Amino acid sequence: MTAERRASPAWEVGEEVEALTLPPVTRLQLIKYAGASGDFNPIHTIDEAAEGAGLKGVIAHGMLTLATMGLLFSPYLEHGYVRHFRARFSGMVYVGDVLEIGGRVTGVEETEEGRLYAFDVFSRRGEDDVVATGEVGFLVYGDAP
Amino acid sequence: MNTIERWRSMVGASSEPVANLIERGAVRKFAEAIGDPNPLYVDEGAARASRYGGLIAPPTFPRTLEYGRIEGMDWPDAGMIHGEHAVSYTGHPLLVGEEILCYTKLEDYYEKESRGGLLGFIVMERFGESPRGERRFTMRDVAIVTPALRKTLGS
Repeated sequence: MTAERRASPAWEVGEEVEALTLPPVTRLQLIKYAGASGDFNPIHTIDEAAEGAGLKGVIAHGMLTLATMGLLFSPYLEHGYVRHFRARFSGMVYVGDVLEIGGRVTGVEETEEGRLYAFDVFSRRGEDDVVATGEVGFLVYGDAP
Repeated sequence: MNTIERWRSMVGASSEPVANLIERGAVRKFAEAIGDPNPLYVDEGAARASRYGGLIAPPTFPRTLEYGRIEGMDWPDAGMIHGEHAVSYTGHPLLVGEEILCYTKLEDYYEKESRGGLLGFIVMERFGESPRGERRFTMRDVAIVTPALRKTLGS
């Protein structure tokens, strides 16, 4: 997935962030994330280990699920950055799962650095099958063009 | 003292700071693994022309850095569930080439009754500072100790 570059954002409180459907989770992605993050817990890569832990198969690293939620903000990084991000895990993610990420603007605040937008964000497999929810603070620099 | 008692007694303990360098290759591999090849993460030329003057790292990247070990603190190999993660930055994203001193602290251990039995919660904080001692980021993670694992560790 390539992040499309966007103009400096100006969101309205209450506005929905355009939801994104991610490519299906693959085992190769979990192997790559294990290597890139240094988290080699085998329940993320090896079937026997996952089954031994009572799971129906390997599960995605929670931190990978969170990292993909960052894709919502990636197009705006020229103008600002994710100043804070907090999320709670509410479900396991398995190989083959297709996740949809999205969110909503819940507030905006003027700060010395620029305009700080607050978002509620989610990652879900379906309407009622949320795997993670969180809050993001995205700061748009005061001098952003 | 069993593992659970030791956690309780060690609340507030920290590791010795560890020097980390934000490496270009590590950031590129991370960006590829999470499926976000943003030019600011992977394309040196594009990043140099940006406000950051160079490559930056994705928001959740700091979890991959080294924070050192808290002397005497056990961490079970399996059975812990990651419940919550939070990160907050000061000033700007992490820059490739930045040197960061990292350490971790056992912030809290507590227990809560659930339908399946008593759950344990370990709260770890992780900090990143510039060599001049300025805070660059703070992370907070909550790991859940399942009732089955709690029984093993508590005996």
